[in-house]
Order: sequence, then structure tokens, then C-alpha cells
Amino acid sequence: MALAEQFDSSNVDIPPGKGVATSTEVKMVAEGVDVYYGDKQAIDNVSMEILDKSVTAFIGPSGCGKSTFLRCLNRMNDTIDIAKVTGRIYLDGEDINSSEVDPVQVRARVGMVFQKPNPFPKSIYENVAYGPRIHGLASTREELDDIVKGSLARAGLLDEVESRMHEPGTGLSGGQQQRLCIARCIACNPEVILMDEPTSALDPIASARIEELIDELRENYCIIIVTHNMQQAARISQKTAFFHLGVLVEYENTVDIFNNPRDERTKDYISGRFG
Amino acid sequence: MTGALIVTLAVLSVIGYYMGRSKSVASVSGEVHQLHSRPGYYGFYVAIWTALPAFLLFVVWQILEPQILRAFVMGNVGPAVSELPPERVDLFYRDVVAIATEGVPSQVTPDHEAAADHYTSLKSLGTWSFVAFVMSLSVFLFAFAYRKVSPTLRARNWVERVIMGLLIVCSVIAILTTVGIILSLLFESLRFFNRIPIQDFLFGLQWSPQTALRAEQVGASGAFGAVPLFAGTFLITIIAMTVALPVGLMSAVYFSEYAGPGVRGFVKPMLEILAGVPTVVYGFFALLTVAPFIRDTADALGVATPAQSALAAGSVMGIMLIPFISSLSDDVINSVPQSLRDGSFAMGATKSETIRKVVLPAALPGIVGAVLLAVSRAIGETMIVVMAAGRSGNLTFNPLDSVTTITVQIVALLTGDQEFDSAKTLSAFALGLTLFFVTLVLNVIALNIVQKYRERYD
Amino acid sequence: MTDTSSEAIDKTRVHQSEAAARRRKARANAERRFQTYGVIAVLIALAALGILIFSIAGAGVTAFWQHSIKLEVQLDEAQIDPEGTRDLDTLRRAPYRTIVRDYIKGMFPEVTERRDVRTLTKLLSTGAVTELREYVLANPDQVGSKVVLHVPVSDDIDMLLKGQIDASLPESDRRVSDQEIAWVRALQDKGLIEREFNRRLFVNSDSREPELAGIWGAVIGSFYTMVVTLALAFPIGVMAAIYLEEFAPKNRFTDFIEVNINNLAAVPSIVFGLLGLAVFLNTWQLPRSAPLVGGMVLALMTFPTIIIASRAALKAVPPSIREGAVGVGASPLQTVFHHVLPLAMPGILTGTIIGMAQALGETAPLLMIGMVAFVADVPQSITEPAAALPVQIYLWADSPERAFVERTSAAIIILLSFLIVMNILAVLLRQRFERRW
Repeated sequence: MALAEQFDSSNVDIPPGKGVATSTEVKMVAEGVDVYYGDKQAIDNVSMEILDKSVTAFIGPSGCGKSTFLRCLNRMNDTIDIAKVTGRIYLDGEDINSSEVDPVQVRARVGMVFQKPNPFPKSIYENVAYGPRIHGLASTREELDDIVKGSLARAGLLDEVESRMHEPGTGLSGGQQQRLCIARCIACNPEVILMDEPTSALDPIASARIEELIDELRENYCIIIVTHNMQQAARISQKTAFFHLGVLVEYENTVDIFNNPRDERTKDYISGRFG
Repeated sequence: MTGALIVTLAVLSVIGYYMGRSKSVASVSGEVHQLHSRPGYYGFYVAIWTALPAFLLFVVWQILEPQILRAFVMGNVGPAVSELPPERVDLFYRDVVAIATEGVPSQVTPDHEAAADHYTSLKSLGTWSFVAFVMSLSVFLFAFAYRKVSPTLRARNWVERVIMGLLIVCSVIAILTTVGIILSLLFESLRFFNRIPIQDFLFGLQWSPQTALRAEQVGASGAFGAVPLFAGTFLITIIAMTVALPVGLMSAVYFSEYAGPGVRGFVKPMLEILAGVPTVVYGFFALLTVAPFIRDTADALGVATPAQSALAAGSVMGIMLIPFISSLSDDVINSVPQSLRDGSFAMGATKSETIRKVVLPAALPGIVGAVLLAVSRAIGETMIVVMAAGRSGNLTFNPLDSVTTITVQIVALLTGDQEFDSAKTLSAFALGLTLFFVTLVLNVIALNIVQKYRERYD
Repeated sequence: MTDTSSEAIDKTRVHQSEAAARRRKARANAERRFQTYGVIAVLIALAALGILIFSIAGAGVTAFWQHSIKLEVQLDEAQIDPEGTRDLDTLRRAPYRTIVRDYIKGMFPEVTERRDVRTLTKLLSTGAVTELREYVLANPDQVGSKVVLHVPVSDDIDMLLKGQIDASLPESDRRVSDQEIAWVRALQDKGLIEREFNRRLFVNSDSREPELAGIWGAVIGSFYTMVVTLALAFPIGVMAAIYLEEFAPKNRFTDFIEVNINNLAAVPSIVFGLLGLAVFLNTWQLPRSAPLVGGMVLALMTFPTIIIASRAALKAVPPSIREGAVGVGASPLQTVFHHVLPLAMPGILTGTIIGMAQALGETAPLLMIGMVAFVADVPQSITEPAAALPVQIYLWADSPERAFVERTSAAIIILLSFLIVMNILAVLLRQRFERRW
């Protein structure tokens, strides 16, 4: 199905009024970011501004560097020994790559959801309570309960798991696990949420549920999502960035990217000529 | 004699190989593709028939010969010998064999000498007739196989079936070993429990296995309460694990989570050297360095300490177990998926928080398995305690006291002058059975846990 | 939007607050502490290794040299071979003890008391007499001429000369008397005491006299034992591994074999010794203390290791190789023996070497089958009583003589060198032939 749809760009329908950035508040700014894995350059001089309270989608063919760039935004590349990041990335005007900034703080403010759901082998409650505990967000048991329940509620999972909060999180279905990971992320009280192909391991129904959730969360967070599903990008994002071979090719309102791409490469990718 | 027999069989089978091979080629006048199998298989067909049955017979004979000889020799002695108690009969027979093989008998009487002569003549008769039999069997089977070689003979299938059988036999040796261990320990232990009730052994608080040396007092025995040994083993194991667990686990954490490739590549092999050091070397290390150090330190603090304290043996055993725990835990920690670490880092956890709250809990079953295996090793470890722990069974939990262990007592009971069949000797097997049983249970549980754990993350 | 979400928005800046910064600082400290624990653990392990190696090497290095006395004697034909036949029996029975005693007495003409003479002779090892005899037997033509031999001093004197007996202690507290020390100093002044490389440590077998004791017999005993172990464990282990990995159906029986093998690899070694004692010695009546039985017991211990390593090596050969071989019409056995096994061989050999290294250092099961007996001869076959290197270490460690401490350490150094060579071999083999698919 995906192949047929991708082949014809007319299938990417964006309803009127959607796919346009409404917020004007800039949350993150990247300036001249390069990433090297050993000798190999994975990201080449990427600069962009990311708006708050909106969904920004990164699209592009596999290996184009979109996930690598995403991982720069909360310094997750620090955990890879051979990765080297240069350039500046500002979060509310503060350079997160500066040596004075604690990556622990950056990651608390910029949460992340991964491609494959990765709940900890602990109970559902403990999975969500983990973040607030390490960051000291709750001073009493009641506060912690509130945060856990609130986060689960906002991830749309509370109703399904309220009766089994102390069962292992690994026992949930794939889609539930991913929403648990989103709840876990929200519980840390982040300002930005990075999502690295959050629905690629899920079935269409579970994916749709996550997409709805992302749309709801947009009200309060700056959300950046990597996806290789163009329909998904068109459905949920306001801004879309197209990456190709480590270069940011085009970055526009989603509706413009899909309807009037300026660059040939974007046009080819959107129309399914390569991918 | 036996060597010559084996060589002869080998030569015969080589001859058989070439004759079988050339007959198969000749039978199709060189048109090898008309044979069912490649010519070499016909060669193997003949060679196997020539040597294998004869060889198996030879092995069986090697095992049975002593029993048969004994039955014949002892069947022929006068009532003066045959009516002795079983222990004395055994001793008599041992002396007979010693005389016949020019060993050192404990006593020599005319009875002994007569039996020894009988033994010698029987033995040479037996050996010669056996050799003649094996040789004729070999030649006969060679002729049989050689006659059967023909282009339609499915030589390859037959040879492969024999090889497959051989492979299966080799695998079954693992079971035979276990069965052998269990039966031999059980058999000797039952003889021990016939003399000393099992509850006295398992729950008795007094261990002093000195049996009377005089013959007429056979059975008059010392005390065989093994609780002091169990307690000593337990104490030393606890001390060893107290040393090995934190050090081993923390170094595994360091290697897998913190160390750069340089440190890991250099320091890990150094720790693996510790794992390759034979235990007798650790025992000597305890004697030479650790025990004097502990005693001097304790003396300086005004605590009188025996030379062979539980602490010395236990701490050296702990050092021995460090690389064991470290490498097992390292494997276990490395098999925790990276995605869990990423999930934790992405929430702003520090490395140590990730390790303590995510990685180690996830790895816990595997680490428990590793610890159980290490405990099993500590319980069964022999040389360190034989050299560095004491020999007297004190029931104490003071690490500065001298204690003894199961393995120390097994060695003490079975080395040096032993009396066959005395309660003292047999008690070693009862201790061995206990040791085998305890370590078996620990190993089975540990291996199960580790296996389940591996499956979870594979 | 629900209440919960608006509540959360009020707290968005929570990670930039003062309290959060303080908390992060505490967490960073905890992080550093935790990492320090890791470093400390590694340092403790390394320190243990360092202390082990240095204390044993330090104690053992002195054993590689030895003090000897220059024995310069006239081999008087009238005394040794009065009939001049050079008959070996006559030469063997010549009074070498007297020759040696007269020589040393000649150094100190003032010593006449019988008891003193005996003490004086004891400066020399009893091996002095033996070595003189051996020399004459080997060189009968030297009878009648003057020869120079270097014979060992007794162990106590050697210890004194190496500084391991403190001459400043009161006389009653040390094993050498003032008189002996004076004699030794006199001999030193005459230049008769020399320090030489301790070749006896390498060429002699065990002895009650530390200065004569060597490891050669134990090395040969270990060698025979290892030959038996390898001859049994390697083919049986590899064949069992082939069956289990390549042919065995997956059923209860093969599961049971597998559980068995994994357990055998973790059974205490002394239990194998008990098996050997009960079955090989008592039931099958095989010879006690012999490398044959030792090798059989160690083979039972080693073969689970070989099976496990061989199975891993076989498993690492990709299925495409097997499919390729079967595709050109090879039978399953041909596939395994012609294609899979050769590719798995480096891994199997590496596992075998590691298993053999373990077996070489194993002591406890050998004690059970009587390989602790004192054996002064070099074993000539696998059925003769023999010692093994680790057992020799145990025996020497158990001996009360001061001089055995350094010899034990030296034997350990030699054993460890063997093991290190074997392990390096295994590593090289792995690096040289390791293949990744």
C-alpha cells in the first residue's frame, strides 16, 4: 500500500489549513552542525530553526542523516564513542553543545522516544516513575502517583493500564509499549520531544493512535519527529525538513514541501522516484 | 604386549584398507564410476571389519581381565584364606598381585606365594590365548569383509553408519561419566552409611575420623559428624564471595560501561591471567604471602591467630573468583540491549543511574546465575584450602580461626597411608557425594537461570 | 485540554531551577563516586595479580642459581680401581665418600674431632658423593688424574649464602652454627665457593635434599599425562561435538546429553579424582600414580570444555557452506568432514589448547589417584609411577625445609611459563585463523 501511495504525489493530501506553522516562537536553532562517525561525515553543515508548540517532521531516504541529526538535539550522540558533533545548537538561546552545559539537563528538557519501544524490564508504574525520581520532580509518594497517572493519562494509556500498574511494562502490546515510552518521556517534564520513527515497529491501528497523541501533545510541546512515511509527515506536521545525503535540502511549511517542492531532489523523493 | 597387539591391529587394518580398495577397483576393471561408492570406502569397509570388533573386544578384556583373574585365583585358595573377612581377602589378593608383579607386598606367606604362582601362570595363559583369539577374529573378519567387496556393495552408507555410531558413542560418554560419578560415589557411600548412620554423618557435630589401626578393631571408628566441615566450607565460601562479588561485579561494570577500548584491551587480558593461574599456585600464594600477612596484622592488633585462618584461605579463594565473576557478569551486562541504556540516557539519567537502576536490574538473573556458579566453584575448590586452611574440624564462624572443609578432608582421608574399606576411607566418598550433590544442584539452577536469561534478550 | 496538562505547563522550567541545579551537582558527584568504585575494583584485582606475581617471582628467582664448592681431587687409582680393570662395578663401589671427606678435611687440618669432621662434611650436599661417582663412571679414563668438579653445598649453607638465613640471629635460632659459618667464610676466602646457574633444578628429578631436587621427572610425568589426556579428550570431544551440533535430533535424550555436558564442565575437579580412584584404580585395577590414569581422569574433565568450544566453532560455520556441499551431492558426513570441520578447526584447536592448559595446572584429581607419591626417577612409560608439575609444587610447598620455598616458587614460575606459552598459542591461533562471515 505504501509503495502505491508514494508513487503518486497526488495521494499526499493535506486538508486546507493544515500543514502550516501557526506558532512563531523559536524553540531550537541549529547553526552549521556537522557530525562525523569516525572519518565518515554523516551530517554536513545543517542550519535550521525549530518552532515551539508545533510538530516538525524530518523526512528523507534511509541513511540521509535525519536520525543522526535528531540525536544531536539532545546530545544522544555523546553515548556513541566514535561520533563527533560540531556546530552550535541552541535551546531557548543557550548552546547545548557548550562545555558548561550538562547533557543530563539537556536530556531532561529534550526527551526522546525511540523507533522500537524500549520499556525497562520493570513495572508500568516504575517505568514512568523512573524519570521523576532521578530528577527529583516529586517530593512525596502522592505527588509521584499524580505525575505517573497524569503522564499515563496524557499518553492515552491510563484507562488501559490503571488496573495493572505493577505488572511488567514488557507485557504490554507494541503500541501500548510505545505509548508507555511516551508517558515515560512526558513524566520528566520535557520542553521538546524527539521521536525517532516512533510508529515504524507498530501496526497501522496502533500507529494511528500514536499520531493522534502527537497531535494532542503539540499544544504543549515542541515535537520533532523522524519518519520515512511521507503520509505520516503530511498528516501530523506543520513544518517538514527534507534531508538527503547528510544535507538539509529543503525546510518549509509541510504543505509547501508536499505541494510545491522547490528542489528537484525533494520533488523526486516526494513523487517516489527514489526512497 | 598390549602395545604390540594394538600396533598389529593397526597394521592389519591398513593392509585391509588397501586390499579392499584395490579389489573394488579391480572388480570393475578400473571403471570406478561403476562402483556404488568411491573406492576408498571399500577400503574403509574392510579396514573397519578387520580392526574395530577386535579392538572393542580388547577394551572389554582390559576391563574384565582383573576380575576374571581374581575369581580364578581366589577360587583356588584354601579355606584359611577364603574364610577371612572381606577386607582381609582384599588385602591378601593385593599382596598376591604385588608378589606376582614384583611390587612390594605387605606380607609374604606360602599361601601368598602359591596364589601368586597361580596368578602368574593364569595371567600368561590368559594373555596368550586372548591374543590368539583376537588375531584370528581379526583375520576371519578381514576375509569375510574382503569377500563381500563387490560393485553393488553400499560401502559408503555402511561406513557412514559406523562413523555415525561412533559419534553417538562419543556423545554418550558424557552421560557415562555422570553415571560413573554417581554410581561410584553412591556405592562407596552406601557402604559407609552401613557403618555410620546417615543422620550421624549429616547432623553430627564432631569430626575426628581416626579409626583404630589394629586389625581386630575394624569398625571401631572415630566420629564422623560432618557439620563442622559444612560450616567451614560455608565460612570460607562466604569470605571468598565477600571479596570476589563486589570486586568482580564492579570491574565488570567498569569494563563494559566505562573503560575505553584501550583500557579494556589491556587490562581485561591481565585479569584473564588471574583466571588461568592454577589453584595450586593460589594455595602457595596463600601460604607464602597472605597467611603470614594476616597473622602478623592480627598479632599486631593483639589477636592471637593460627597460621591457617579461614580468612587467609577465603580471601585467596576470593581473588581466584574475581576474574570468574567478572567475565561472567561482563557477558551478562553486555547482553542487556543498548536500547534500554538509550532509553534511560534520553530521559536525562546519568551513567551510574542507568547502570544501577536499569542495566543491573535487567542483568540481575544472569548475575545471580554467575554468582551461583562461583559459589559452586568455591565449595568444590580444593588446592587452596588444602594448602591454606586447617585440618581440624572446628565449629566456628570466626574468620580468624582455623576451619576445615569438605574438600580438605577428602584429600586428607585419601592421601597418605590408606586402609582399604575402612570407615575413614569410605567417609571420603560420602563427603564426595555430598559435594557432588550440592554443586550439581547449584549448577543446574545457575545454568537454567543463565539460559533463560540469554533467551530473553537474544 | 485536561487539568493535568495545564498543571504540567506551569512546571516547564523545572529543570532550570536552582534546586534542579543543586540536585544535578549531587548526581554528578554520585556519578564520579560510582566510577571511582569501578576503578578501585579493577585496581584491587590488578594489585592482587601484581602481589601474586611479585611475591612468587621474588621468592623463586633465587632458586635459579646455587652455590657450589670447587672440588679439586686427585682420583687415586689405588683407591678407586686398584686392579686397573676399569670395570664399571668396581668403579661404582669405590669409596667416593672418603675421597670427598678427605678433601674437605684437607681444607681444615685443625679439625680432628670425629663429630666435627662429620659436621664439616655436611657443608656439602650428599649429592657431592653421587656426582663424583657419576663423573667417574662417565669418564673412567680420568682415574689417576686430577679433576675439578663443582658440587653443591648443602641446602642450609646455600640459604646462608643467599642471605635467607640471618647470621646475626642468636646461634640457637638458626639452622647453621657459628662454627659452620666460620668454615664457610674460610672456604669463601679461598675462592672455593662459587655461584652457578642451577641446572640441577631442570635436569634432576625430585629429591629429599632441596639442593638436588629438580623438576625434570615432574615435567616428563606431566608430559605423559597430557599426551594421554589429549589422545582421549580431543577425538572424543570433537566427535561428540560433531554429533550434537550437526546430526543430533532435538529430543529429550540429546537435551539430557547437553545438560550433562554443561554440568560436567562445572563439577568440582576433585570429584573426577574420586571417580578415577573408585573406577580406574579400584575396579579396573589400573596402576596407581601412573600418568595413564591421571591422563584418563583429566581427559574426563577436559572433554566437556572441548565439546563446548568445538560446538561453538561448528555453529559459527555458516549454513551456506553446508548447503553448498549438499548441493553438489555430498552426503551429510562428507559435508561435515570435508567442508565444515576444516573451517571450524582453528576454533576447536583454540578451545582444546585452553582446556589442556587447565588440565596441565590441575592438581586435586591427581592427588586422589595417588600421583602424590615421592618419585625420584624419571618415568619411562605411561604406566609407571610419576609426579606431575603441579603436584610437585604441592609436595614441595608441603616440605618443611626452608630451601624448598624458593624451589616451589621456581617450579611455579616454570609452570606458569608453560601455561602462558599455551595461552599465547591459543590467542595467536585465534587471530591467525579467525574468520568472520
